[in-house]
Amino acid sequence: MNRLLPFFGFMLLVLLFGFGIWWNTQHDQNAIPSPLLDKPAPAFNLPKLYEPTQTVSKADLLGQPYLLNVFASWCVECGVEHPVLEAEGPSLGVQLVGYNYKDAPADAKRWLAEHGNPYNLLIADEPGHTAIDFGVYGAPESFLIDAKGMIRYKHIGPLTPDVVARELKPAIAAMAREAQP
Amino acid sequence: MTRSLIRMLLVMLLACAGMAHAQAIEPMPFADHAQELRFQHLTQQLRCPMCQNETLADSNAPIARDLRNQIFQMMQHGSSDDEIKQYLVARYSNFVLYDPPLTAGTWLLWFGPLLILLSGGAAVLLAIRKRSQRGTVATEASTDNALIDSTPTDNGDDW
Repeated sequence: MNRLLPFFGFMLLVLLFGFGIWWNTQHDQNAIPSPLLDKPAPAFNLPKLYEPTQTVSKADLLGQPYLLNVFASWCVECGVEHPVLEAEGPSLGVQLVGYNYKDAPADAKRWLAEHGNPYNLLIADEPGHTAIDFGVYGAPESFLIDAKGMIRYKHIGPLTPDVVARELKPAIAAMAREAQP
Repeated sequence: MTRSLIRMLLVMLLACAGMAHAQAIEPMPFADHAQELRFQHLTQQLRCPMCQNETLADSNAPIARDLRNQIFQMMQHGSSDDEIKQYLVARYSNFVLYDPPLTAGTWLLWFGPLLILLSGGAAVLLAIRKRSQRGTVATEASTDNALIDSTPTDNGDDW
């Protein structure tokens, strides 16, 4: 028995090592869990991208769920995400709100003209102050916000077809179930 | 000739280094030197959420610049260091603190090393006790059978 002890110790280390590798393939090491999950979305009042004289506030969007998608023309990964939003957006069953982050409006408009516009509504946060309240630290990021203005789900990084099927759609379904009394 | 060339190159290199430094930390209109020191001290304790192994003081990421500006603004409005940390933690979680607070999620981080030390110490203590017990038995035995076996204390099982 004593002779086998080193072997068991070794196996323990191998298991720990394997677990570490498995864990890192399942989790994005750079994603910071948002403390805002299941809490009310921060209040905001931002101009529309195409009509900067009009503003949109959190109160204006209450009553129906929406997916707030943070994007920018300077963001490379947003280009990867964009076709997914165009393909999956209409079938999600929620409004798609584009949140243009730290971007010159002219650049954003040119980018949307080039890649297509999957959004139902576009708001612009050029200085990026409101984004700090949302805990945004890069683009793309997506927030699922329910009819009462609560953040129900957050994804950091591009939405891929896999993430949409595995995480976003179930989150929307759970939200819809709850809304029906 | 070569010496003056080397000197010129050195001067150019130093100038470049100075520029790189100036790029990372833009000047801010601090009220006084004490506030500047406080700002530097605080931003060195906070982690940039974007490039995750840099402090807010060092990072050149856009979000780090925005957060530095935000901290600066809050300082001008009289916020304390704790209030500023609270503000950032509420938005970016405890991740932004280089010194993690003791919570249900971090007790293993805090006490894990102590647990490992204690269990290691216990294992060593047990092994020593076992060996010394066997040692005394063996020495008694060896006095009786000194001619048969002179070194029965180590049977090769221990490691």
